[in-house]
Amino acid sequence: MMSNITDLKLVELVDKIKKKELSSTEVTIAFIERSKKSKKLNSYISENYENAIKKAKIFDQKPDFKKKLPGIPIAVKDLFCTKNIRTTAGSKILENFVPTYESTVTQNILDEGGIVIGKLNCDEFAMGSSNETSYFGNVQNPVSENLVPGGSSGGSSSALAAKLTPATIGTDTGGSIRQPASFTGTVGLKPTYGSCSRYGIVAFASSLDQAGPMTHDVKDCSLMFEIMSTYDTKDSTSVDFKRKNYLTNLNENIKGKKIGIPKEYRVDGMPKEIDELWEKGIKIIKENGGQIIEISLPNTNYALPTYYIVAPAEASSNLARYDGVKYGFRSKGENLIDMYEKTRSEGFGDEVKRRIMIGTYVLSSGYYDAYYLKAQKVRRLIKNDFDEAYKKVDAILTPSTPSSAFKIGEKLNDPVSMYLNDIFTVPINLAGLPAISIPAGHDKKGYPLGLQVIGKAFDEQSILNIAFALEKNISFKNNITDWWIK
Amino acid sequence: MTIDLKTVKHISKLSRISIDDNKAKKLGKDLNSIFSFIEKLNELDTKNTEPLTSIAETTLKLRKDEIKSENIREDILKNSPDKNKDFFVVPKVVE
Repeated sequence: MMSNITDLKLVELVDKIKKKELSSTEVTIAFIERSKKSKKLNSYISENYENAIKKAKIFDQKPDFKKKLPGIPIAVKDLFCTKNIRTTAGSKILENFVPTYESTVTQNILDEGGIVIGKLNCDEFAMGSSNETSYFGNVQNPVSENLVPGGSSGGSSSALAAKLTPATIGTDTGGSIRQPASFTGTVGLKPTYGSCSRYGIVAFASSLDQAGPMTHDVKDCSLMFEIMSTYDTKDSTSVDFKRKNYLTNLNENIKGKKIGIPKEYRVDGMPKEIDELWEKGIKIIKENGGQIIEISLPNTNYALPTYYIVAPAEASSNLARYDGVKYGFRSKGENLIDMYEKTRSEGFGDEVKRRIMIGTYVLSSGYYDAYYLKAQKVRRLIKNDFDEAYKKVDAILTPSTPSSAFKIGEKLNDPVSMYLNDIFTVPINLAGLPAISIPAGHDKKGYPLGLQVIGKAFDEQSILNIAFALEKNISFKNNITDWWIK
Repeated sequence: MTIDLKTVKHISKLSRISIDDNKAKKLGKDLNSIFSFIEKLNELDTKNTEPLTSIAETTLKLRKDEIKSENIREDILKNSPDKNKDFFVVPKVVE
């Protein structure tokens, strides 16, 4: 019986708790027990099990079934500050940091009755595409042993696919929700910039960072998104727009919807299976009354180089706060400057240092115009491409990634090859648009592959609906065998 | 363009990250490969393009300057690597 609980999806669990078929305590214990048996995956950085069970018992004593997540246990990416629960951002420099405040997104989850059972592994400061830059070690993809779960929300995708949590949340700066979702056969939504509050999320690149849900299916995703997305005066870029009941409004009717296919996303060397999957998606849209329109996003090829200027520049500025004075790790130094330099040298990992240095360089005197300003101008061109496309279409369909999950260690020594993994996801962050990745099939090796639906700004409902229609017709099955449980 | 060892050391100083010669060499190699990839942007003519600094191109909203947090000095100090009573401690800066 216990094992069955973790097979249920989020909406099903909510339903069963509301019908009193299951208690919050039963559900919470079931996910915790499975998490305890799954240490080999290394999905968790911090556990909050005892506390969570206490909270579940309190909920059951006086259940409030009006809540959207009534006593539902949820593990979250360790980039969200959680009051009194250690928050590390996958870094040694924050190894012992205990926030005195709660991020708005996790607060929203708590307000709806959710219970945090733990903090999930991620690339250090969300900088990475494979979870291999985490100070707390590699994470296993439950799909197959020694396979990366994607990144930076790799602990989240792993824990979700392995059913250690019924849903989770990640952050996406250049693909960090959608790529790991694609690598693990799960659903991941990066909302429009300004939709979910950034308050209390450890900052990486502030003009690109967005929090979003990761779930087993589109229904669960809609529920999580409507909980996460609120206007927040604590985030100066939070946008005050009318949020919908995304779950209630979810429907698979895509009749008359115009879907764009950007020709620039047919890149050289992309595996045949991905192309076939894309064709399958196109066919489903046509069969369901949608209209396929060939579009052009001519500056697509410039998105990655632009991103690798803008994101490190913002990161170098954001990460200047880690100086070993008020919180975090500190090294001994002969004087103040020496202390700063040693603290940062020992506290940050190689990828983070690399990006801070790229960012410092492109912002430094004499190079600002050539790099940073140039990148901001190209960012405008990339956004203009989407604005043009959206005069003709309602949404855009592309693959989520140019390949399936790769082996741990395979790309670690070649930063550029690692960066290329985000080729289909990065342009969307630069343009601030919403996009969802849904599992759509497997490659020859049996590894999952995803399709991405990109929407107009603040039109998450349309891409959820299109994803819902695709999901119904694809009927994807994740063949995960529990190989990590003895 | 190539980034030489001297430049790598200069950037590391600006970044307040100390690195030894071996690391600097390796980093120089990585930075050169990343920057040769970034050079691609020079193919584009952007003379007449306005830079996009933020997607939220509205004036940022201001809120009232009010004290909202409760007295959490103790909790904040708990995170400090070195403290003395109510103060953060740093290496001596004035002689």
